[in-house]
Amino acid sequence: MKKVLVFAEVKDGKLRNVSLEAVAAAKRAYAGCEIIGAVFGDGDLKPFAETLAHHGADRVFLVLNPALKSYTTDAYTQAFMNLVAEVQPDAILMGHTAIGKDLAPKAAARLRLGLISDCVDLKSEGGEIVLTRPIYAGKAFEKRKVTDGMLFATIRSNNFKLDPAHIDTGRRANIIELRPEIKQLRTILKEVVRKTSGAIDLTEAKIIVSGGRGVKSEQGFKVLYELAEVIGAGVGASRGACDAKFCDYSMQIGQTGKVVTPDLYIACGISGAIQHLAGMSNSRIIVAINTDPEAPIFKVADYGIVGDLFEVVPLLTEEFRAILGNRRD
Amino acid sequence: MLNILVFMKQTFSSEEIVRIDNNQIVESDVQFVINPYDEFAVEEAVLIKEREDAEVTVVTFGPQRSETALRTALAMGADKAVLIDSDTAGAELDEYAVSHILAAAARKFPFDLILCGNSTIDGGSAQTGPRLAELLDIPHVMAVTKVELLDGKAIVERDVEGDTEKIEAALPVLLTTQQGLNEPRYPTTAGNLKAKRKPLDILSVADLAVDAELIKSKTERIELALPKPKKAGQILSGTLNEQVKQLAHLLVDVENVI
Repeated sequence: MKKVLVFAEVKDGKLRNVSLEAVAAAKRAYAGCEIIGAVFGDGDLKPFAETLAHHGADRVFLVLNPALKSYTTDAYTQAFMNLVAEVQPDAILMGHTAIGKDLAPKAAARLRLGLISDCVDLKSEGGEIVLTRPIYAGKAFEKRKVTDGMLFATIRSNNFKLDPAHIDTGRRANIIELRPEIKQLRTILKEVVRKTSGAIDLTEAKIIVSGGRGVKSEQGFKVLYELAEVIGAGVGASRGACDAKFCDYSMQIGQTGKVVTPDLYIACGISGAIQHLAGMSNSRIIVAINTDPEAPIFKVADYGIVGDLFEVVPLLTEEFRAILGNRRD
Repeated sequence: MLNILVFMKQTFSSEEIVRIDNNQIVESDVQFVINPYDEFAVEEAVLIKEREDAEVTVVTFGPQRSETALRTALAMGADKAVLIDSDTAGAELDEYAVSHILAAAARKFPFDLILCGNSTIDGGSAQTGPRLAELLDIPHVMAVTKVELLDGKAIVERDVEGDTEKIEAALPVLLTTQQGLNEPRYPTTAGNLKAKRKPLDILSVADLAVDAELIKSKTERIELALPKPKKAGQILSGTLNEQVKQLAHLLVDVENVI
C-alpha cells in the first residue's frame, strides 16, 4: 500500500486549509493509500492530529522540538529528513505556502528528488499521477509527471476542494511522537513583524473584495471593509493601492503579492494590470467595478459595473445586507 | 573584497501573450528581458558594489539569446558574465537537473554572497534558490526585501505572506530577491558601451564536468495548454440601482457564491 506523507502547517493556532486540501488530494489520487500527516512544533499538537484524522489521515506524526516553534529552514529541514527516514513514504505533498516554498525545494535537493510546485490539479491518469500547474503567471498551464524517484509536490491553496461528505469526526488515527535532534541553525530569526494577524487569510478566503488606485486614499478602503463584513469576505489590494500607501503590502494580491483562488473576487477601482491578474485570474467569478469602461479588468470579469466604486459599493452593501438579512429570517 | 555571484535568467517580457504550437511555447516575435525578479538581484549586487569593495559576476544557464540579458546586467554595473549554453544540455532540464549545473558553475568562483530572483515569471516554481543553497551547503533566505551587510553577516528582512521577518546569517549566504528590495536602474549609454568590453564567457554543460546522473531530469512536462476560454463577461446596464440589484441577484441566486 502506498504511503503518502502530507506535511501539515499550523498558522495562528489552526491547521491551514491547504494542508487539509493536500490530504483530500492525496486520497483522490492514490486510491487506497495510507495517508500520513505530520505536524511540526512544540507543545500539545494532538488536536491538530485529530483534525487531520477527521479529514482522512491514517497516521499522524507529531514532530516535536523547541526549535520547531517558529519556522527556520535548517530546523525544519533536519526534522523533515528525520521524518522521511522514519516514514519511508512513496509520495510527499504539502501546501505551496511561504513554508512550502522554502522547505520543499531544499528537502527535494537533499533527497535527490524532483519537485512539482504550485499544482492546481492532481489526477491519476493511466496508472500515473499527472499534475497541472500554471506557468507564465497563469497565461498557460503545463501537465507534469515524475520520471524518476518519488512524487514530491506542493499544491496551491483553494484549488483542491474539500468535500464535507468525506470529513468524519468519528475517525481516529494513530498518533506518534517524533523527537528529532536539531543541531546548528545557520539563520537566526531576530524578529517577526505581524501585519496580518486577525485578518482573513486571503489565500484561503472564499470571497475577496479588493481595492486598487481607484480607492484614492486609506479612508477609501472603509467602504470595501463594510461590504466585506456583510458578505464575509477578506479585503485585498492591488500593488498600485499599496504603492500609493492606501493600504499595507500585506494585502497585496498579484504576481509578487498573494496568489488567490476565491470563489468570488470583487475588484474595485482596479485597472487589471497583468501582474495583478496573475494573482487572481483563476478566481471562479470575477466582478469588476471601475469608472473606465476600457479598463483591462473588464476583459476578465464575469460581471462588470461601469461606475464609481464610492457609489456602487455602498449600494451593494445595503443590497446584500437586505438579502442576507431576509435569508436569516 | 566581497565576491558576489548573481544567477539570472532571460524570460519573456511580462506583457507578452503566450502562444502554443505543437506542444511548445512559441518564441518568435517575443520581447525578452531579464527575469524581473533577477533584476532586483543584479541591482542589489551593483548597489553593494557602490558601497564597498566588491566584484559582481552574473551567471545564466540558458540559450544563446540570453547573451543580451547578460550584457544588460553588465551595463547595469556587473563586472563579468558567464553563459552556460543550455542548447548543449541535450534535453529540456527540470529544476533538479538545472540546480546541479548552477552549483557546478558556482563552484568555479569564490563567493561570499549569492543572489538570485525569488522566482521566474515563466516557470514560476521558485525552486532554484533553495536547491542551489543546499547543493553548495550554504544557508539561504528567500524573498528578501532589505539587505544589510555587516561584519561578515547578512542582516535581511524578508516578506512572508504579508508579514516581515528579520533574519541574520553569516556569509556565505544565498538570498532570493523579492519586489520591494530596490528599483532596478535602466542601463545608461555609458553603461552599455562599457558592457561591450566586459568579459562574457560562454561555457558548455560539458565544460562543467557534472556527473551525468545529476543532470538527468526527475520530472517532465507532458502537455501544454492555454487556459479554458471563459464565456464573455457581462457589463450590466440600467440605472445604478438596477445594476446593483441585478448583480446581487446574480451572485446570490445564480452563481451561488454568496
